[in-house]
Amino acid sequence: MFLLTLVCRNAFRHRLRTLLTVSGLAIAVLAYGLLQTVVDAWYAGAAAASSTRLVTRSSISLTFFLPVSYENRIRSVEGVKHVARSNWFGGIYQEPKNFFPQFAVSDNYLNLYPEFILPEDQRIAYVRDRKGCLVGRQLADQFGFKVGDVLPLRGAVYPGRWEFVIRGIFDGSDSTKFTKQMLFHWDYLNETLRRTTPRRADGVGIFVVGIDNPDNAAAASVNIDQVFRNSLAETLTETEQAFQLGFVAMSDQIIAAIQIVSYVVILIIMAVMANTMAMSARERTAEYATLKTLGFGPAFIALLIFAESMFICALGGGVGMLLTSPAAAGFKQAAGGIFPIFAVSRETITMQLACAAAVGIAAAVVPAIRAARVRIVDGLRAIT
Amino acid sequence: MSAPRVETRVEPRVEPRAEPRAEPLVEIHNLAKSYVRGEQIVPVLSDITLDIQEGDFTALMGPSGSGKTTLLNLVAGIDKPDCGTLRVGGLDITTLTESQLADWRASNVGFIFQFYNLMPVLTAYENVELPLMLTGLGRSERRERVEMTLSVVGLADRMKHYPNELSGGQQQRVAIARAVITDPRLIVADEPTGDLDRSSAADILAMMQRLNTELGKTIIMVTHDGQSARAAKAIIHLEKGEIIGNVEPASA
Ligand SMILES: Nc1ncnc2c1ncn2[C@@H]1O[C@H](COP(=O)(O)OP(=O)(O)OP(=O)(O)O)[C@@H](O)[C@H]1O
Ligand SMILES: [Mg+2]
Repeated sequence: MFLLTLVCRNAFRHRLRTLLTVSGLAIAVLAYGLLQTVVDAWYAGAAAASSTRLVTRSSISLTFFLPVSYENRIRSVEGVKHVARSNWFGGIYQEPKNFFPQFAVSDNYLNLYPEFILPEDQRIAYVRDRKGCLVGRQLADQFGFKVGDVLPLRGAVYPGRWEFVIRGIFDGSDSTKFTKQMLFHWDYLNETLRRTTPRRADGVGIFVVGIDNPDNAAAASVNIDQVFRNSLAETLTETEQAFQLGFVAMSDQIIAAIQIVSYVVILIIMAVMANTMAMSARERTAEYATLKTLGFGPAFIALLIFAESMFICALGGGVGMLLTSPAAAGFKQAAGGIFPIFAVSRETITMQLACAAAVGIAAAVVPAIRAARVRIVDGLRAIT
Repeated sequence: MSAPRVETRVEPRVEPRAEPRAEPLVEIHNLAKSYVRGEQIVPVLSDITLDIQEGDFTALMGPSGSGKTTLLNLVAGIDKPDCGTLRVGGLDITTLTESQLADWRASNVGFIFQFYNLMPVLTAYENVELPLMLTGLGRSERRERVEMTLSVVGLADRMKHYPNELSGGQQQRVAIARAVITDPRLIVADEPTGDLDRSSAADILAMMQRLNTELGKTIIMVTHDGQSARAAKAIIHLEKGEIIGNVEPASA
């Protein structure tokens, strides 16, 4: 009790110094939490992908199209059940910051995505309307879209002004499913291209391939690519998960950098905190010597310093941890649709706690040992 | 008893006690102390022999650097001699370990410093209570003692004040209260009036005299100032780490 009083009052002796240190700690712990969550979110996108779906794309690059005629040849490969077309549309809704993914897809596309749930009447209405489109629930909620609304897009990959009529809104089967996206008829895109830019028609960005058994994924991938070996447009087929990770892999170094930065932030605050504690302990050399003179032992002095360091770290770390979830929510909003799943994990929170504790302990070690060891006569002379 | 010891024995200025002297409270015999500074060994005290009786109020005088503080620290058990005997209350404190010494100090010695050495984050009340935290006393007992002691030093109305809200003289009175709260036999004071104006200094000296006469505390006080030394019953002169001259009555 008495120890706590002494610790709390000591901690707030230099209000400004403590306030700055606590703010620094809070920011560091918050930054650590957000950066770790970014890393998690990155991998979560891939983890949500199904391994009964393969993705076939041009072996050269994602920006090269495959001929639509490949569809039937893929379908004839053993183990393949469905083949759907998907083209990245990349249109702008009102302004660029309203980014969300749009795909021109064949009508069997949703058969491959049972996690997207669409009422039957809406599905029928969509199929009937050449210029119809579907939007996910998250997207509809964000912009207030309703069935029947007209959704105008400015084409970036496919120039021009495009207008779609929302015929249905699909829900994710659970909250982790990413439904901030829009789907429309691949045929509509292709017919338009045939009229306007025929040389761009009949190209498919990716084929999404449904297979009967995830165990056959590797074999099916090899077999598909075998079909197109030595043709003009060779293919690269991989699981959807690997495909998503391919996106991630492009950014592997970035992810590694983020991970390193998150720990560097903690190391920096550790140095700052150690400096604060060293300064405080040094200023109080004579006080610690006085306490020893009165009969308090070196262990008590060390405990005082440790407790103060832990107290400050608990404050800073606590504030940082409290801010992490709201900040993550804000970050998710601001990042648009880049991170479908952006939630602060329990491991991240545990690690934040561990980091704050590590900072508290590391910062106190040297000052505590030094203060515990200093001889009384030398300590007392520190003021005179 | 050896010859030098007799020579430097400090006699009280007031009339001697009726009964014959018991064993002295502090017995120092051939005590030496040096500090190591880099390669160099700096002798600070050499061959000090001295007895201080229970109930004495002794002033320790001498030029700066003569070793007054060092001697006081040795007697109070916050420093260790190189050689010689040092018995306080019959106990050879040079044989104690650090933690035994700490316990011994807590119950046997009260400290008064030139710059008060109060904890700035603790109130007057809490500063005085500090030494009692090392005893088994309960909260209400502590409260009773602290309030009583603070009222003895005339600060009953300042209990909730922090040191920086008190004058130097008041802070030193808090320090005196802290020094006597555990009822130690010996009180050591290193230039207790060195940072005070004349009238505050006089107050503090008067208070120390009362501790000596009314409560029977044995006091050793280092001072530069002849005026202050006069408050004591006897004066010892130190020069270059040695006791010089004979016992000198403080009233001289
Ligand atoms: N901890 C220490 N380490 C090294 N040297 C010391 C130490 N303490 C004291 N000394 C040296 O010992 C000598 C005596 O010091 P001491 O403090 O006992 O003198 P003093 O008589 O109290 O002087 P003052 O009147 O200035 O307080 C000085 O030369 C001092 O430099
Ligand atoms: Mg001195």
